[in-house]
Amino acid sequence: MSDAPVIPQPEPQYETAEQQAETATFGMWVFLATEILFFGGMLLAYTWLRTTYPEGVAEAGRHTKIVIGSVNTLVLLTSSLTMAWAVHAAEHGRRKALTRLLVVTALLGLLFLGLKGYEYHKEWTEHLVPGLNFHEDSVHSQTIELFYFLYFLLTGIHGIHVTIGIGLIAVMAVRARHGAFSSRHYTPVEVTGLYWHFVDIVWIFLYPLIYLVGRSGP
Amino acid sequence: MTTATVTGKPDEPVVATRNYLTEEGVTLRSWLLTKDHKRIAILYTLSITFFFFVGGAAATLIRLNLVTPAGIFTPDIYNRLFTLHGIVMVWFFLIPSIPNTMGNFLIPLMIGAKDLAFPRLNLLSWYLYVGAGFLALFAILIGGVDTGWTFYTPFSSLYSNGYVVLALAAVFAIGFSSILTGLNFIVTTHRMRAPGMTWYRLPVFVWSNYATSVIMVLATPVLAITLMLVAVERLLRVGIFDPALGGDPLLFQHLFWFYSHPAVYIMILPGFGVISEIVPCFARKPLFGYKFVVWSSITIAIIGFFVWAHHMFVAGISLYAGLVFSLLSYVIAVPSAIKVFNWTATLHKGWISFDAPMLYALGFIGLFTIGGLTGLFVANLAFDVHVTDTYFVVAHFHYIMVGGMVSAYFGGLHYWWPKVTGRLYPEWWARIAALLIFFGFNLTFFPQFILGYLGMERRYYSYPPEFQAWNIFSSAGASVLAVGYALPFFYLGWSLFRGKRAGSNPWAATGLEWQTSSPPPAHNFDKTPTVTRPPYQYRPEPEPQDV
Ligand code: HEM
Ligand SMILES: [Cu+2]
Repeated sequence: MSDAPVIPQPEPQYETAEQQAETATFGMWVFLATEILFFGGMLLAYTWLRTTYPEGVAEAGRHTKIVIGSVNTLVLLTSSLTMAWAVHAAEHGRRKALTRLLVVTALLGLLFLGLKGYEYHKEWTEHLVPGLNFHEDSVHSQTIELFYFLYFLLTGIHGIHVTIGIGLIAVMAVRARHGAFSSRHYTPVEVTGLYWHFVDIVWIFLYPLIYLVGRSGP
Repeated sequence: MTTATVTGKPDEPVVATRNYLTEEGVTLRSWLLTKDHKRIAILYTLSITFFFFVGGAAATLIRLNLVTPAGIFTPDIYNRLFTLHGIVMVWFFLIPSIPNTMGNFLIPLMIGAKDLAFPRLNLLSWYLYVGAGFLALFAILIGGVDTGWTFYTPFSSLYSNGYVVLALAAVFAIGFSSILTGLNFIVTTHRMRAPGMTWYRLPVFVWSNYATSVIMVLATPVLAITLMLVAVERLLRVGIFDPALGGDPLLFQHLFWFYSHPAVYIMILPGFGVISEIVPCFARKPLFGYKFVVWSSITIAIIGFFVWAHHMFVAGISLYAGLVFSLLSYVIAVPSAIKVFNWTATLHKGWISFDAPMLYALGFIGLFTIGGLTGLFVANLAFDVHVTDTYFVVAHFHYIMVGGMVSAYFGGLHYWWPKVTGRLYPEWWARIAALLIFFGFNLTFFPQFILGYLGMERRYYSYPPEFQAWNIFSSAGASVLAVGYALPFFYLGWSLFRGKRAGSNPWAATGLEWQTSSPPPAHNFDKTPTVTRPPYQYRPEPEPQDV
């Protein structure tokens, strides 16, 4: 577990390894700015739906599986903790801890996806999938279908992000195990961490919008 | 000005022995897997030129159809033609035009870097472009799309019988290409500048592309998601845009224009950048009011996000919303005007020479001004009710996008041609082409202002007979324009083999890109330059640059 000073040669376009590291982090921030607007478009559609048909959205919200949603929130938040911890371990050159924490983070991500899949399955059996098997006896059935349309879109795209995140973290774990990082070089872990926290924050917005809207009031 | 090695004075051209065109091999493979920003710029130029001709062919057929009131195509084919024209020209030519060709080539050179920050991402963005291009061509070949470039719902999601989903996928994919480019440029401008290259020493071309990139990164994802919604709606028949299912078509228009208004600035800001390089060089004067020009680009990029609903004045938004968006549209004209004033002031008492790049630049200033001023006409609620969806609007945006941006593209192409290829183009032919383009353009599009004002609707395959005379003018102009655009293809091609050697700095221009040899070596500079002075330090008489 000795902290061998691994500092790879910078790529040819950079003068120094520091420049390369800072550039990578900055690049991820700019990418996240794009991502915010990407989800922003869908959230605008959601906002439109909710302001236009408040009752329908509330009713649809009551069909959501709040227990699974809440557990998943917990899972994802915990994974953010382990991720932050992993970056901390990397900073201090603790290779074994880093590897383990990354593995735990990835596993939590997988758990999230598994629960989400189970939720989708339940929704399928309850005929809540728009366009494919939607059926709902309610005066608001149109709105409920639109709500679920957005629900599947938002959580689906979020799920894709989670999957990519798990992939990145897995790669980082393997590299960490092989000693690719040190306290002087751990930018890839940091950048992956940024991405993972972003995925988590998106979920923190989705959770109340999806699961909590219909549960207060009449 | 810098410590870079300079290879020659304008009068004694030096053949660069080591250059990016040959240094890393000349095989197809070495090109298709290259990470060199200059080579990627060339790849982009070739692909964009191809699409320019595809879009141009469609335009030719459109103008042909409009020579007579009855037309020659069926309405259905006509719809497909203008849709093809719009989609190809907007997404496959104009948006990538200057950023991905000249921006790619020049930004690292201008800031004294060896490459963009993320060369692999840069190559990926070209592959996305090409992939999207194939998708679009495929959609055209198997039958085309008839929705117009705007894909308005519920037509696009319910009624259209074209290959809408394919076209949407193509535009979706090319969106990611532009996001990656924007990201790369932003990061590069922040992190890769040479020692001494402070923000206020950056050439305006870099600033303009920076502002453009901000728009690309922040607006394009909204387009992506909007198009995705339309595609899903069309495939699954559930719809948030379909009123029959409880959806709202206005929501589509809001989302679409939230991207597409800023996108019109993607289609002009890089042009501003090119003009800001050419005008000082050929007037032999520093750019007047550098900081104003810089900040007006940034202001445009920001305010550009808050005027989108001026495309929806008659779509059913509230009167108050209309008033606010109208006012904001007036506001955004201010920074655009600032630029025009600055270029004019730069020309004032300048030592002007009318080389081809300068002819394009002067044409740009005039045509862009007309386009911008008519933008104010249509930003006026009462007037817009009269001309919306008529040829007046068509003329407005063509004055900016074609008269402005395409002129800037050609101006830049000529200006940096010697740098990119190491050869000079034939000046006389180039001037002829520039003049043809200017006159052809005006003959094509000025009559369209009149037609629109008189009430001729856009996007119809036929029109009342009393409009024929103006339409004939317009189609005649289009033929002149076509010749003007075709000419450079020949003489620039010729110059590749027979043109005179250019030397590193044929225009005696300032700017780091002129300090290295032409064509530049693979790593741009033999030694990283150090910058000690602001840009555009021109003196009245042309003289070789001090070393
Ligand atoms: C000087 C500031 C500008 C103002 C105030 C302005 C205003 C407007 C307005 C109000 C419309 C809507 C007209 C209608 O549909 O009835 C419009 C349409 C349009 N403008 Fe501008 N504009 C400006 C600059 C530009 C620039 C710089 C570009 C392109 C580079 C541009 C491209 C377009 C396009 C493409 C359309 C029509 C889109 C369509 O319906 O297909 N405009 N403009
Ligand atoms: Cu606009």
